[in-house]
Amino acid sequence: MAIQTLFDKIWAPHVVHEGSDGTTLLYIDRHLIHEVTSPQAFEGLKLAGRRPRRPGATLAVPDHNVPTTDRSLGIADPLSRIQIQTLEQHCADFGITMFSMHDVRQGIVHVIGPEQGLTLPGMTIVCGDSHTSTHGAFGALAFGIGTSEVEHVLATQCLIQKRPRTMEIRVDGHVSPHCSAKDMILAIIGTIGTAGGTGYVVEYTGEAIRSLSMEGRMTLCNMSIEGGARAGMIAPDETTFSYIKDRPMAPPAHLWTQAVHQWEELRTDPGAAYDRVVTLQGEDIAPQVTWGTNPGMVAGVDGVVPDPRSFSDAETRDATARALDYMALTPGTAIVDIPIDRVFIGSCTNSRIEDLRLAASYFQGKRVAPGVQAMVVPGSGLVKKQAEDEGLDAVFRAAGAEWRESGCSMCLAMNADVLEPGERCASTSNRNFEGRQGKGGRTHLVSPAMAAAAAVTGHFVDIRHWA
Amino acid sequence: MESFTTHTGRVAPLDRVDVDTDQIIPKQYLKTIHRTGLKEGLFADWRHLPDGSPDPNFFMNHPQYADATILLTRDNFGCGSSREHAPWALLDYGIRAILAPSFAEIFYNNCFQNSILPIVLEARDIQRLFDHVCADDRFELTIDLAAQTITTPQNSTFRFSIDPFRKQCLLQGLDAIGLTLQREQAIADYEARRTRDAPWLFQDLCS
Repeated sequence: MAIQTLFDKIWAPHVVHEGSDGTTLLYIDRHLIHEVTSPQAFEGLKLAGRRPRRPGATLAVPDHNVPTTDRSLGIADPLSRIQIQTLEQHCADFGITMFSMHDVRQGIVHVIGPEQGLTLPGMTIVCGDSHTSTHGAFGALAFGIGTSEVEHVLATQCLIQKRPRTMEIRVDGHVSPHCSAKDMILAIIGTIGTAGGTGYVVEYTGEAIRSLSMEGRMTLCNMSIEGGARAGMIAPDETTFSYIKDRPMAPPAHLWTQAVHQWEELRTDPGAAYDRVVTLQGEDIAPQVTWGTNPGMVAGVDGVVPDPRSFSDAETRDATARALDYMALTPGTAIVDIPIDRVFIGSCTNSRIEDLRLAASYFQGKRVAPGVQAMVVPGSGLVKKQAEDEGLDAVFRAAGAEWRESGCSMCLAMNADVLEPGERCASTSNRNFEGRQGKGGRTHLVSPAMAAAAAVTGHFVDIRHWA
Repeated sequence: MESFTTHTGRVAPLDRVDVDTDQIIPKQYLKTIHRTGLKEGLFADWRHLPDGSPDPNFFMNHPQYADATILLTRDNFGCGSSREHAPWALLDYGIRAILAPSFAEIFYNNCFQNSILPIVLEARDIQRLFDHVCADDRFELTIDLAAQTITTPQNSTFRFSIDPFRKQCLLQGLDAIGLTLQREQAIADYEARRTRDAPWLFQDLCS
């Protein structure tokens, strides 16, 4: 057997056909669907008189538009309501399983896949959503697709692909106990840039990665796309297997040993070559805060807002000046001196139980600063339930933070959770693009710990020296 | 799918790097269940100043670009969200080709699904084209996909690369799903083989 990377070991068994020019028909094991990027795909199927090839390989859930307030009141926005009803109708028409917004298993599509055990090592997984890269945390090849490709997968269970290049991103050593996977991935994107991973599938390796929990690995892989890579992955290990075991859609007992035996082979062979290698040292990573309008515009919390004139090339200088203008920030301002109005703890990046436990530990016995509004949005109904069983909701409420129902919420503000123009938000989500959380809103991406500390103090703080 | 063979059209400039799909079409326009009518949302936040008036510096507010069909822009165009609403909105406005030094991957793919040709040129060639557009706001280009060339009115020519399979699909307007369905037997054989090797992959997700 030739020496192979993790990527090679997943790609090869999924090739249905490869043309002489390398165009590959790739088999897709799992397809996740939400309400925003699927209606036109189902419409296309119906117009062509086609049916889903394997409805049983597909799971649907509404997440982008769902209210995070009392759901018994229904959805006020008629367009959001119609979009969710359309998903329900299409799933009913084609026999696709859907978790409705009243089902306790409902949640953000990239939270519930792993939670249900449908995300497994060695799989190919797609979804009409760029954060599908999350599922790579299990040693799967998972990537986002457009609506036309959603239709393609529904009709054929395959996609036409070209083999991507591979990149190893290795984080050696250990990160500070006050730093999390979020700080690691922001530091990585700050290093490679928002397009550094374009054309690559990333494999994250190294001691600091290996010691992450599954929640941390999901946070890391989730933001691969913010570095330009469609997919990021981590080789599965005991941490992975014990997370999956006994979940509702995991392999049943009689197949478990066989599955784990295959999964144990899913690691890059010694000596296998990647097309590009990037290394970081865990000890060098400080808690991160974005200051600009893309996730690569990021600094350590002990840093300052950069001066556009400090960049040598004109494009970066212009983009930085434009970003600072939008963000209403002055060069040289210390990151810890930036005041905030809102805090959002949630999203497919940081809404899992471990994220909420960490945030709660910073809220414990404290109050949200006067003038700040903080919102905690669990990633799924089951995460919400677990958090409540552990008493985390009581900690958030006692601190004056809002405790909501699950969904994408203010990560992209398609529902009623929106920043007002000019409001500045410490957010655990994944994108700080202009207007992402509401037109004119200003987003700073941070970890759950940094967001909670900012909520309490009203500005960013270096949590390494904060009590 | 509509084919793309040759195209001549006016070039609109968008001189920014890292234009993300949230800017191309903001989230409030993603609530539609249709593919058409999305031009209303195209660059909705950039077209207007905070007071709601049209931004005189944005290309879409210049009458000479109302019928532009080629967009000239900078690195990493289309980064961020996978929303195919972005190429749908560009197509609805009339854009048939986009020229940039680089594109984000999912957006790049989505263009081909909609008969929009994304063309990668060297940064210095993109700069030359920006110079042309600055000098003449009615500047037009002719794109010949079969020859893989872009020609200016002064007859200077730029060559570009494209994946041969994608090129063929665009030239002939091929339906990708139809192509894959021609391999239905290979897919069925694959599934039968794979079910034996890894049966847990074929357990239906049931409610």
